[in-house]
Amino acid sequence: MTTSLNTDIAVTDLITKMADDELIIGHRNSEWTGLGPVMEEDIAFSSMAQDKIGHALALYTILHEQLQGADPDQFAFMREASAFKCCHLVELPIGDYDFSLMRHFLFDHAEAVRYRHLLQSSYTPLKQLSQKVKGELKYHTLHANAWLLQLCRAGADSHARMQAALDTCFPLACGIFEPAADEVEALLIAEAIYPGEEVLYNEWLDQIYPILAQAGLNLPDVAQVRPAYGGRGGQHTKWLVPMLNEMGAVFRLDPQASW
Amino acid sequence: MSEDAIISAVYASLEQVMDPEIPVLTVLDLGMITQVSVTEAGILIKMIPTFAACPAVTYIKDNIRSTVAHDLGMPVQVEVDKETHWHSNRLSVEAKEKLRNFGIAAPQVHNGEVHAEIMLHTACPHCGSEQTYLRSPFGSTLCRAIHFCKACGMAFEQFKPVE
Repeated sequence: MTTSLNTDIAVTDLITKMADDELIIGHRNSEWTGLGPVMEEDIAFSSMAQDKIGHALALYTILHEQLQGADPDQFAFMREASAFKCCHLVELPIGDYDFSLMRHFLFDHAEAVRYRHLLQSSYTPLKQLSQKVKGELKYHTLHANAWLLQLCRAGADSHARMQAALDTCFPLACGIFEPAADEVEALLIAEAIYPGEEVLYNEWLDQIYPILAQAGLNLPDVAQVRPAYGGRGGQHTKWLVPMLNEMGAVFRLDPQASW
Repeated sequence: MSEDAIISAVYASLEQVMDPEIPVLTVLDLGMITQVSVTEAGILIKMIPTFAACPAVTYIKDNIRSTVAHDLGMPVQVEVDKETHWHSNRLSVEAKEKLRNFGIAAPQVHNGEVHAEIMLHTACPHCGSEQTYLRSPFGSTLCRAIHFCKACGMAFEQFKPVE
C-alpha cells in the first residue's frame, strides 16, 4: 500500500497548491469591490473573486472528502502562512489596475491550460470538477483578453503601463509552474493525474504569446527570466501574512461558529 | 402510491421550487435535477448547481427537501450529483421563454464549447433588436452577462451560455 499512500500525498500537494492559488487570488480580486475604475469592472472583479473562492472550496472539499483533509473552512482560515502553497503572483496587493489586470490575464490563462489537461486526469474527483471550472474560466479569459487589447490600444501611456505591468508580472507568473519535488512530479505524471508543470508552462506560453503579440506587447526574454519560486514550498512574500490575518480575522473570533 | 406515481408527484412538487436569483424559473426549468428515485429511506433527489460558487446551493437544497417532504409526506434526501455537470443547454425551451418575459435574454445554444463570438448580437429582450453588443461578461449574478442595445438604448442582462 506504500504506492497508494504516496499517490495520496502527491495528489494532496497538487490540489492544495491549486486551491491556495484560487483562494488567495480570489481574496485579492475581491479587494476591487467598490473600487473598480468603472462599474462593470467592479462587478467583473467581484464576480471573478466569487468564482475563484468557489473553486477553492470545491478543491478543499475534495481534500476533505477524499484525502482525509481538514474541514475546508478550518483549512482555509486557520493555517499558518508557511503551510500555504500558493505562488507569489497571487499574494501581491492589487496595486494599480494595470497590475491587477495583467496578473488576471497571466493567471487565468495558466488555469485554463491546467484545467483543460485535468479533463483527462486519471483522478476522478479532479476530472469531474475541471469540466465545471473550465466552462466558468472561459469568461475570465474572455474578460482578460478584451481589456488587455483595449488598454494596449488606448494610447502610448496606456500601452507603456501595460508593458511595465507585463515586465513586473511575468517572472511572478512563471512561479505558477514551480515543480513539486522530483518524485512527486514524476509520480503524478506516471499515474496520469496531470502532465507536470513543464508541459503546462510551455502550453501557457503558446497560449498567451499570440494575444500579447496582438496587443503589441513584448514578452520578456524567457531564457533570462528568473521565475519567482518558493511559494509551493511554503516560502512566501511579505504580503501573505497581513492578508491572511485580515482574511481570517472574523472566522478566528469563533472558529466553531456555525455560518 | 406506486413508485411511478410517487416520482410523478415529486416532479409536480418540484415545479414549486423556484431559483432564488431568477424567481420565474423552477429547478426543473434550469435543468438542475438529474435523478429522482424511491429508496427504502424515502425519496432521493439528485441535483447539480449551476455555478461552482453559486451561493444559493444550500438554500435551494433545503427548499427542495422541505417542499417535496411537505407535499408527499415522506422523508426526502437531496444530494449533489458529482457525475453530471450543469451547462446552459440544459435550460428548457419554456425556461428561455420565461426568461425573456422576465427581461433577461436567454443563453444561446452551444455545441459543447463557448466562443466569445457566440455572444455577439444577442437579441434584446425589450425590443427584439440584434443591434447589441456585449458590455461585460459579468453581471449582477454569476450566471449573467451585461449587454447594451443600440436600437432601444437599454442595457440588459443575459443568462450567459456556459459549456
